This record gives sequence, structure tokens and C-alpha cells, in this order.
Amino acid sequence: MKRISAIAAATAALFAGQAIAADLNICVEGAYPPFSETTSSGDIVGFDIDIANALCAEMGKSCEMVQSDWDGIIPALLEHKCDAIIASMSITEDRMKVIDFTNKYYNTPARFIGAKDAGLTDTPEGLKGKVVGVQRGTIHQDFMESEFPDVELKLYGTQDEAYLDLQAGRIDAVMADSVAMDEGFLKTDNGKGFAFFGKGYSIPKYHGEGAGIGIRKGEEDLKKAFNAAIDKIRASGQYKKINDKYFNVDIYGG
Amino acid sequence: MNIALPLKHWDLFAWGVLTTLELTALALVVGFLISLPCALSLNRASKLNPLIQGYVYLFRGTPLLVQTYIIYYGLAQFDFIRDSWSWVILKEAWWCALIAFSLNSGAYQAEILRGAIQTTPRGEIEGGKALGLSMRQITWLCVLPSSLRRALPQYGNEVVFMLHGSVVASVITIQDILGAGRTLNGKYYVAYEGFLTAAVLYMTITFILVRIFRQVEKHYLRHLVRSPDAVKVPAVPGLPQVT
Amino acid sequence: MFTVIEYAPLLGRGALVTISVAVLSLVLATGLGVLGAAAKLSKRGLWRSVGMGYTTIVRGIPDLVLILLIYFGGQRLVNDIGSTLGFDYIEVSKFWAGVISIGFIYGAYLSETFRGAYLTVPRGQAEAAQALGMKTIATLWKVLVPQILRFALPGYSNVWMVLVKSTAVVSVIGLSDLVGLADKAGKSTRQQFWFYLAVLLAYLFITIISEHLLKRLDKRVNRGIPA
Repeated sequence: MKRISAIAAATAALFAGQAIAADLNICVEGAYPPFSETTSSGDIVGFDIDIANALCAEMGKSCEMVQSDWDGIIPALLEHKCDAIIASMSITEDRMKVIDFTNKYYNTPARFIGAKDAGLTDTPEGLKGKVVGVQRGTIHQDFMESEFPDVELKLYGTQDEAYLDLQAGRIDAVMADSVAMDEGFLKTDNGKGFAFFGKGYSIPKYHGEGAGIGIRKGEEDLKKAFNAAIDKIRASGQYKKINDKYFNVDIYGG
Repeated sequence: MNIALPLKHWDLFAWGVLTTLELTALALVVGFLISLPCALSLNRASKLNPLIQGYVYLFRGTPLLVQTYIIYYGLAQFDFIRDSWSWVILKEAWWCALIAFSLNSGAYQAEILRGAIQTTPRGEIEGGKALGLSMRQITWLCVLPSSLRRALPQYGNEVVFMLHGSVVASVITIQDILGAGRTLNGKYYVAYEGFLTAAVLYMTITFILVRIFRQVEKHYLRHLVRSPDAVKVPAVPGLPQVT
Repeated sequence: MFTVIEYAPLLGRGALVTISVAVLSLVLATGLGVLGAAAKLSKRGLWRSVGMGYTTIVRGIPDLVLILLIYFGGQRLVNDIGSTLGFDYIEVSKFWAGVISIGFIYGAYLSETFRGAYLTVPRGQAEAAQALGMKTIATLWKVLVPQILRFALPGYSNVWMVLVKSTAVVSVIGLSDLVGLADKAGKSTRQQFWFYLAVLLAYLFITIISEHLLKRLDKRVNRGIPA
């Protein structure tokens, strides 16, 4: 009898350990440098995380970062694994059908990158017969499928995997957020020999108003709290401090 | 669970099914072609045996996922590979998957065939000798057909095993059944419509394959009389014999 | 190449996660296997159907698909049950989703193993125990189970060997196990090949050790039996 109760207590402790301790759980990705990346010790750092911490401090709540793969990040939110998504998720109509967003916390255009000497152009004719890599489930996938329907698309689970294949020569170009690619790839050793081509894209139909914080529908109080916090850190200069830590330009956008 | 979603994108799943079946079938065939010389060699005192045993041990003792990763992502790391002729093949995810799956299946099939050849009743070989057949003729005309027949249940398992193992292809960007499921999920931000559809498709295909194999077994093994006092524990159906 | 060695502590932690998943899955699978075997051997047709249904479903779904279903769908299920019963949010973590999936799958295979092993024990054993006046539970525990274990060991060993390798697939839902950590670290350091090689060697190591231990267990369990 004693053994059974000991086992029951241990099991309960196991589950209790899983219970939420912080006020807010924030879903982050950890594979989208420099907005979020995973260090060798397993911690997740980056612009998104710094913003999350700053906002939580403003709201006076304790926050815990929960890692989620991009594929499952919205389901994770919907199933209460976390209460907010701060993972550079763009505010789009399609997503608004399923979740709600706060105001944006940054807005940057999307661009193509490719090998420096490949001479690619960002037109349907220029990319004909080429292979472009995008992250699965992103606005960039939607954009490519609608605007460049005849170009072969390769879908990747993370942005990093797309860079890997670009370096290996398996794909000819990658379409993604310009700032993420600049800081997370082009400016690194791995990005030598690659550069932007074509113009920046910021079409509201695909790219929305920018990246916002994803929350479940109906959480009006949380939405108001986040929006207020975003305005506060913009006004107090906290945002600029975090911005400048990672980027040379102001990424909040007009 | 929104059934309309997968139905609306039935073509996505149809392509997925085709890709899965194609990859599985080819991997099994190439695996068989690899396993044949290996099994024959292992049953003789051939000098290649240590190499073959090493290959079989390596591919049966490690996960298919990691084998696939190392061929697709691992080899791509090296400049000398990317600059060589082999890159034309290794560049494509589909070929990398095929290579990994074939090598894996080849190792398992080599073990199956080797075991079956070993348990060929002595009488069959002696009968061949009595008829004046050469060793080579005995191998091809007596031992192999009889071994293949005996190993039929295990081959059936291997087919199902390979079908299930092929899921790994979706992890290296191939749009097989699971890949289709993930794409569906990604489009609509749902969690399990895609996976449930994939599960149902895999179950259906498995069911059909098992049925086919049962018919084949009935036909080819109808001559075997099972000894009533065999105390041998039946092998776990559905799993490849590893030990 | 030597970057891998720098990451050894991290990979070591991953290996521990992998082994934990494997062992806990085996425990769950053993439990489910016993229940499944009992169901299949039952006199009631309903239980036999349940047992057969269990095996059929499991043989039809690839492990990765089941893991994805349980990780995502399982959370929804737990939430729904929790909200109706009034429980607080219970997290279905990647670790437990992996353990439950793999345990569930191999439980079906083990139910076949245990069923076969049970049927292999000569009926005379149980009859003799009864003739000596032993109660049913004593018969089960002292006479049948040791023999069932002996007959089940080859199948059980086989299941363990396959189960250990299938834990690699849990890395696909993002679990920080050996494969997952090696994958992420390898890709970010651009040294993927060496990291994957290290993982292959680690699995080979686990395979060799398992084989050795199981061989010794086999010898011990079969002691005293005439060859």
C-alpha cells in the first residue's frame, strides 16, 4: 500500500512540475536569428525574447519562454501551452481567422537572396526553372505561391534549414524577411557569397501590417495590456535600446 | 475536426500517396538487389564477410532517421562532395531518401535472406547433388526459391516496416503523405486534420498490403505442414527480427 | 571535426533524454503488453476484439505520425477532458508525448509476444499446480510467470532493440534528445556530418551494450533447462 501511494505522489509531483508557474507563457521559436535563436546551452535569445521580457516587465507580470517549432506554434497557443506568441509572426487576415493579434512591434519588408554571381531577377521569367526555398507556413510561402506560381518551391521547417540548402546549392534563392536574412545569414560567415536581389516587398495582402503578438481570440484584456506596454517601451526608449542592440536601422517601420 | 479541409486538398494527399508508394517500392527493390549478393556471400566463407557484416550491423543498429540525415544534410557539408559528380544525385532530397532507405532495407533483407538460406533443409541440397547439379545451379534453382518462400512472412513485415519508415522522407522536405499533412496544417493553422488524414491513409495502405501478403503466403506456403510439437515461440509479427 | 567533442556534454544530456524515453516507453509498453495479451486470451469475444483492434491500429500507423497526433491532438484531448472535469491545465510535454506514443506502439507488439509465450507454456504446468492445491494467484506468480518470461525474452529483446532506435523520431517534435540536439548543434556549426556520425556511434554503442546484457539475461533465464 505504501509503495502505491509513493508512486502516486511521485507521479503527481511529475505533473505538478509541468504546471505553469509564471503569469504568462510566451511561445518563441528559437530558429530565426537574430530575432530568436538557441544557444549551445539550450537557452533561447534574440530580439523577440528581449521585447517579450521588456513588455512583461512593463505589464508587471512574470513570463516564461516556451519553445515551439513554427509548425505547431499556433496550435500550441490555441491549446494553452502558451498565452502569447512573440515569434516574428506577421499579422495577416488568414491568421486573424484563427487567432487575434496586438498591434505590430516591428515591420520590415521581405526580399529575395541568392548567390552574388547568379544574376537572378525577381520576376516570374527571371526565376523560371529556379528553386526557391521558404519556411513552411509563413507569409513568404503564401506570397510565392500567389505571385510566382510557376516557380518550384521547397518548404522548410526552419529558416536555418533553408539557409543550409542555399549554401549547399540545392536551392537558388530564399524569400524571407530582409532584416532576418541580413543579420541572421548575409552578415555571418555562412552568408559570404550571397546577397539580396530584387526589391523589398511589403504588400499588405501577404505581409500584413507587420509582426504582432499572437493571442487567443477573446483575450481583450491581454491585448490591451500588451498594446499599452508596446506604446510605453516605444516612448521610454527601451524599444530603441533593444532595436539598436541587433540592428543598424529602426525596424518598427512607419 | 474539419473533414472539409483534407477533402478540399485531396490532390495534395494523392501526390503524397504516390510519392510514398514510389519511394517505398523502389527502396524495397533496390534493397533486395543489395541483399541478394550479401546473403549469398554470408553463407559462404567469403573474404568480404567482415565488410558485409559491418554494413548490416551498422544499418540495423542505428535509426533510419539519422541515416537519412547524414546522407542528406551530412554529406552536403563537404565541399569536395558538392564539387564532385555525385552532387548531381545527392543534391536531390528524393535520391538521398532512396539511398538511405535502400541501404537500410538491404541490411534488413540481407539478414532475412541469410537466415532463410541457412535453414534450408539439408535434404533439398542433397537432392540437388544427387541429381548431379552444380553448386551454382543448386543455389539458384533449389535454395533461393525455397528460402524466399520460407521467408515470405518476414518479407511481408519488411514491406510494412519500410512503408512506415518512409515517413522520414517528409523530414527532408519531400512531400509524401505526412508532408502533405504538414502542409495542410501549415496552411490553415490547425493541428491535427493533416495528421489524422495521414494516419488514415497509412492505415489503409498497410491494411491492403497485409491482405495482399496474406494471399501470397497462402498460395506459396500451402505445401508446408507445421509440426505440432514445435515449441518454438512465434516471432513477433510485424517486427523485423533483430536479435 | 572536433567541434563535436566540444559539444560532448550537451550531447551527453541528449543521450540521457533518449535513454529515459526508451526505458519509460518500455515500462509503459510492458504494462500495455500484459493487458493486451490478457485481452486477446480472454474468453470474452469483446476483449479479444479490443486486443485485436489495438494491434491492428498500431501496425497501421507509422510512429512519427502517432507521435505528432499525440503531441498536438493529445493536448486538445487533455484540455477538453480537463475542462469538463474541472482540472487545471496539464501540459502534454514533448517528452511525455514521445513516451506515450512509443509505449503505445510497442505495447501492441509485446501483447503478441506475451500471448505467444503464454500459449507456449505446457498446460500440464498449470494443471499440476492446481492438483497440488495452489491457489490461482500463486500458480500464476510462482509457476507460469517465470516460464512465460523465459519464452518471452527473445521477443522482448527484439522489441527493445527496435524501440530504442525508434526513439530517434521523437526529435522531430522538437524534443531535446540525442538526435534533436545533434541536429540543431550540427546545423548551426555547419558540422552536421560529424554530429550525425557521433549519434550513429552512440546508437551502435547502446545496441552493443543491450545485446550483451540481453545475452546474459537469456543465459540466466534459461539455466537448468536441458539444451
